[in-house]
Amino acid sequence: MSLAKRIIPCLDVDRGRVVKGIRFVNLRDAGDPVQVASRYDQEGADELAFLDITASSDNRDTIVHVVEDVAEQVFIPLTVGGGIRRLEDISRLLNAGADKVSINTTAVNNPDFIREASQHFGNQCIVVAIDAKQVDSKPDGSGQWEIFTHGGRTPTGIDAIEWARKMEQYGAGELLVTSMDRDGTKNGFDLDLMRTITSQTGIPAIASGGVGNLEHLVEGVIEGGADAVLAASIFHYGEHTVREAKQYMAQQGIEIRL
Amino acid sequence: MQSRRVVVVDLGTGNLRSVTKAINTVSPNSEVHVSAEPSVITDADHVILPGQGAIGTWLKQLGPGSELRQAVVSALGNKPVLGICLGLQALYRYSSENGGQKGFDLISGTVRHFSEAETGFGTGVGQDMRKIPHMGWNRVRHTRTHPLWKDIGNGERFYFVHSYYADSQDPDQIAGQTEYGITFTSAAAQDNLFAVQFHPEKSQRAGLTLLKNFINWNGTC
Repeated sequence: MSLAKRIIPCLDVDRGRVVKGIRFVNLRDAGDPVQVASRYDQEGADELAFLDITASSDNRDTIVHVVEDVAEQVFIPLTVGGGIRRLEDISRLLNAGADKVSINTTAVNNPDFIREASQHFGNQCIVVAIDAKQVDSKPDGSGQWEIFTHGGRTPTGIDAIEWARKMEQYGAGELLVTSMDRDGTKNGFDLDLMRTITSQTGIPAIASGGVGNLEHLVEGVIEGGADAVLAASIFHYGEHTVREAKQYMAQQGIEIRL
Repeated sequence: MQSRRVVVVDLGTGNLRSVTKAINTVSPNSEVHVSAEPSVITDADHVILPGQGAIGTWLKQLGPGSELRQAVVSALGNKPVLGICLGLQALYRYSSENGGQKGFDLISGTVRHFSEAETGFGTGVGQDMRKIPHMGWNRVRHTRTHPLWKDIGNGERFYFVHSYYADSQDPDQIAGQTEYGITFTSAAAQDNLFAVQFHPEKSQRAGLTLLKNFINWNGTC
């Protein structure tokens, strides 16, 4: 097998600036998106994810300009999420230089949107973001997770595993799976959640939420079955460079682009 | 660095801006137009035929008898042309996508879905099964020398994202191969045509090198 597992640094963008914070609070300015993106690109990032957390819809256009500016200098795949509601939002981002869009709340409110978007733009650019929280364990000990929308604030009553399978059928090309229990904790991915989803779906899946060290990235791939691992804080705060992460994963026998 | 007139043929799918910006980066003196205007294609020195998404929608823009189709067919006959993704698949005789689509039939073989290939694709535990789409950085093994491979290592990784793959019949028309459960044609070459399944505009240094080689290429091997 020669397809490499991907490392995806994630940048939270608010009103055109990269911000850092814990669970969307205590946001601090962390720089210009083009500079941050270029640095990750130079370090060997396989792909970049931008999450637009701008609360006001007046500033939604800003993310399009951010993508345009980044795409002029960074020639790796770009995934953009946050606030996507209409096909027109997708086409503007793709035309600006994005390769994929990630959709969460709108998919839950209107699953047919994923079908339409996939038919219109091709499933290769439609990522469904799943924010899941463990709610119960089944009698056999296996987990049960519920999905949340609006940045993890709104419960939906929908089972995460069933949702993942449904989104695959509706034409998602990839799943971005974030454990709300682990996000921001630095305790590692929810490996049960990842394994359950990757073993029951046939599209690529990105593990997200909880990375605190490089071993967690390895676990996400080997134990969680993830095709890609997404992390924010270990890269933002300079604890590790993307290159260190890739070298470590390669040393553990994972196929990596070095 | 050469100065060229380059046209990125706009068939209404996906991210054409990245291709344009990548050409601007490797060849600042070249003029790049994103266009579906037949005269712009006719006047160009180099033609890039990119495309993502559904091939049926894409080919529909090149309707039989249209001036756009004539301009593209003429370019395929005599200008250096770089096909990207659907721009590779369309050079084959036939693709099974969208109920079956006829291509330009300039490279012999057909285009099929990974699930038509054999078992080993789809849902499965961990790393045993291969996911569709084939998405990410994979190796391209050179099967022949070519001016577009200049300064690119044999086995270099490029960024792929696709569910259909090209199955070439004529080994002489294969320039590069990639393994993903099966071995498929990731680069095809014939006279003035060079076409890749991967996305050079998204493949960082290796991709930019390939685009630079294309701009410097005169269309002969």
